[in-house]
Amino acid sequence: MCLAIPGKVESISGDDPLTRMGKINFGGILKEASLAYVPEVKVGDYVIVHVGFALSRVDEEEAHKVFGYLKEMEELAELEDSDTEPPPRRDKP
Amino acid sequence: MKYLDEYRDGDQAHQFAREIHRITTRPWNIMEVCGGQTHAIVKFGIDELLPKFITLIHGPGCPVCVTPLEMIDKALELASRPDVIFTSFGDMLRVPGSTTDLLSVKATGGDVRIVYSPLDAVKIAEQNPAREVVFFGVGFETTAPATAMAIFQAAQKGLKNFSMLVSHVLVPPAIEALMSSPNCKVQGFLAAGHVCTVMGYEEYPPLAAKYHVPIVVTGFEPLDILHGVLMVVQQFESGRAEVENQYTRSVRREGNRPAQELIHKVFKVVARKWRGVGEIPQSGLGLNDPYAGFDAEKKFGLADHHVDEPADCLSGLVLQGQIKPHECPAFGTKCTPEHPLGATMVSSEGACAAYYRYRRQN
Repeated sequence: MCLAIPGKVESISGDDPLTRMGKINFGGILKEASLAYVPEVKVGDYVIVHVGFALSRVDEEEAHKVFGYLKEMEELAELEDSDTEPPPRRDKP
Repeated sequence: MKYLDEYRDGDQAHQFAREIHRITTRPWNIMEVCGGQTHAIVKFGIDELLPKFITLIHGPGCPVCVTPLEMIDKALELASRPDVIFTSFGDMLRVPGSTTDLLSVKATGGDVRIVYSPLDAVKIAEQNPAREVVFFGVGFETTAPATAMAIFQAAQKGLKNFSMLVSHVLVPPAIEALMSSPNCKVQGFLAAGHVCTVMGYEEYPPLAAKYHVPIVVTGFEPLDILHGVLMVVQQFESGRAEVENQYTRSVRREGNRPAQELIHKVFKVVARKWRGVGEIPQSGLGLNDPYAGFDAEKKFGLADHHVDEPADCLSGLVLQGQIKPHECPAFGTKCTPEHPLGATMVSSEGACAAYYRYRRQN
């Protein structure tokens, strides 16, 4: 029910902020969505769309953070493997 | 598709799972609030990647599931009227009321139409001035910006033949109700990413502090969910109970302010009955006084009534995380997606339907 999917804003029509509509590209399928709640959005931005409304602009920098975290974990694991000292104990509650 | 496919990468999922295994020292119970997350967890087998003693409890976050029988009956009554075009999201059509469902009403001549957006219902009202058009306003905070805009635009256009059967529900009061139950086993939450996209997460720190539970706002793709679980377990294992945001690409702390403004203009907070759970104070949205003319219950004089839920349906316990779907005696026998007893089986996001589809033991 709360399914919302990311799509790319291909074009924008209308000047009234309440009725501004965007043509959104979802992997090749174009659909119209209201941009009333994302006044900052421009053509080329990605938005998260739910039942015909864009609810947020996808933050590109934040979108990569999950992968940055994984990379950090990998490097940490390598470091721990090559370290002769035992890793520091984690504090347990 | 960009921002979807890369969050489904198997190798990276295993990497998250390994890290969760590495840091987990004892059993923990985590509830994912949203039905969309439940669906993803069961579909992608995310729970099977986790240490055996981390239990994911499937929460009440499926608006289709928690819509009370009485409200479905009201929808059926409206949809049966010859003067009404009844519009709804597709997932409500097969939800059983006390005697039948919307799809059957449609099959016997009721004018029931599936719409993608509430604005489509407004359009139908404009195109059919001689008919009454009713929209079934079901959903969490995620959907409220859309239904609020439909009402607001209908008011601006002066539409007299449009109304809404409003059955909106709110997430934080449900979390509060769950946590205050003495049987509650939940120790931490994955909060629903799209609800928080709209509302932000400023409502959650008091809950995290009061019940000492970590709450991590989490997205819907497998890597999001695993990352969210990892963040909750990190909090468990270090004795923290804070609100964190995993779904930063969509969720800001304050949420979507313009959407909240319109929601608060059009709706007010009301008590709402949840199917399988009962009435929860301040857990729903109803139309605000200036928009009361769009209230289908008032417009058509629908009487309040009380219906008992089928006794052999344990969906209430499933919704509260007390039992797993397959522990219900009716699961897969008396109760299937074709003949559901309770709505956790009828909606594809309901925990029972997800287990039936992906986990059925033959």
